[in-house]
Amino acid sequence: MSMLDVDGLNVWFGKHLERVDAVKGATFQVARGESFGLVGESGSGKSTILRAITGLAPDWSGTLSIEGQPIAKKRPKTFFKQVQMVFQDPYASLHPRHSVDQVLGETLHLHGFQDIDTRVVKLLDDVGLGQKFRFRYPHQLSGGQRQRVAIARALAPEPELLLLDEPTSALDVSVQAEILNLLTDLRADRGLTYLMVSHDLSVVAHMCDRLAVMKSGDIVEIMSVDALRAMNATHPYTQQLFKASL
Amino acid sequence: MMNNLLDVENLWVKFPNRNGVFDAVRGVSFTLGRERLGIVGESGSGKSMTGRAILRLIRKPGIVEADHIKLDGVDLLGKTEKEMRAVRGQRISMVMQDPKFSLNPVITIGDQIIEAYRLHNSASKADAYRKSVEMLEAVSINDPERVMRAYPHEMSGGMGQRIMIAMMLIPNPEILIADEPTSALDVSVQRQVLDIMDKLVKERGMGLIFISHDLNLVADFCDRVLIMYAGRVVEVCDAKNLHEAKHPYTRGLLNSLPRLDEPSKRLEVLQRDPEWSKAPSVSGRV
Repeated sequence: MSMLDVDGLNVWFGKHLERVDAVKGATFQVARGESFGLVGESGSGKSTILRAITGLAPDWSGTLSIEGQPIAKKRPKTFFKQVQMVFQDPYASLHPRHSVDQVLGETLHLHGFQDIDTRVVKLLDDVGLGQKFRFRYPHQLSGGQRQRVAIARALAPEPELLLLDEPTSALDVSVQAEILNLLTDLRADRGLTYLMVSHDLSVVAHMCDRLAVMKSGDIVEIMSVDALRAMNATHPYTQQLFKASL
Repeated sequence: MMNNLLDVENLWVKFPNRNGVFDAVRGVSFTLGRERLGIVGESGSGKSMTGRAILRLIRKPGIVEADHIKLDGVDLLGKTEKEMRAVRGQRISMVMQDPKFSLNPVITIGDQIIEAYRLHNSASKADAYRKSVEMLEAVSINDPERVMRAYPHEMSGGMGQRIMIAMMLIPNPEILIADEPTSALDVSVQRQVLDIMDKLVKERGMGLIFISHDLNLVADFCDRVLIMYAGRVVEVCDAKNLHEAKHPYTRGLLNSLPRLDEPSKRLEVLQRDPEWSKAPSVSGRV
């Protein structure tokens, strides 16, 4: 049974004449422990798939299942224990007036954990930040440190599936290497499943096992990373994308 | 001998704060001819500050000091604020990183481009309109008439960036400073924007300062590269030889990139040496 099963997913925004179909009939499976990439240019609907899974895009049809359990329109609390998301911009995804301790503590509290104090300490250690960052505010952190906090927050409910929306595109290459290494380690330690969106093919090749290429809402091709490394694309759009990123 | 458009000697940008003075740029020297000069480095390495300092866009309490910043032999540091306004846009223009923050959200794109044109040229509105549409066509915008009537929020990031380039190029400057012009765009659009800039640089014989954190892009696109670390230029090399760069910082940056052709389990993490920020700046003068 796959961790995530997306079958015929349509996502749209607006109504009637204004309606924009952002995702059209996306179908793919992500096995437990797998890392799956979504690539494509902006506006191709790759982030929208992640948003539809977490419930941030209200209008969708099709079937989304987590471990064989279909997701209802109203997501239960247990869903957010299983699935968490890390956003693109670490500057925008943390509350500017909440300290790291508050951010993590609130998440843990909402998920009904009792031993919040020890868990905050452990989470900070897990993402390589350590105690001295616990009472800092986001403006006192660098971009990479903020992204570590955002990852710690996503890990707080002990999820099984992590949705990563361009987790390193706002960071420097040297910091990107640190975050990608952190994500690789966390996946190995906790047996996480990743669904990762990126426009950088080499990042996807480094992180993922398989990937789907998207173009204006359609998945045009699903391929293995080996095929990506060998630049073996069957669809003309994918070939074009490969050429552009060389 | 190359004709130097811009000559910067010993440029410092300083910000006084409670604990003394923070040096954002420390003793940078370079010249720019009719070429594409890349400046790479991490965030906080002073690359954007270098670009801004040339246009004297550093606000108080920031201090810009240099032996000289010469544009065609005339020192920009000696100019008054009023004289500087004639330089900005008309002779040196700058494309900022994010089109969302560079365009006025409540004025149509057409009006903004027309304003940029009429500020520097005495032209009638109709001429300015025609010229603006031409410029939008030059940056490969389909349907320029519609874009002229549109507001910035109706544009995608790639279109916004092309509009910015159109607006910056319409006064026909001699030097274009592009501060991370493509980092908000994705690969396919990035290529288009670069091709447009490349074409314009070649056709008009402009000098381009291309500020970026993307080493591969700079290696591919520029002629010469300055690598900055902690406000200093640590290495200068020809862009095509960037992959044989010698400085450990440049090597570290290159090695930290994931590669399509060489899979690895873990990425190399840059180990910083405090010595790098102490060594004197390398001159990028030709």
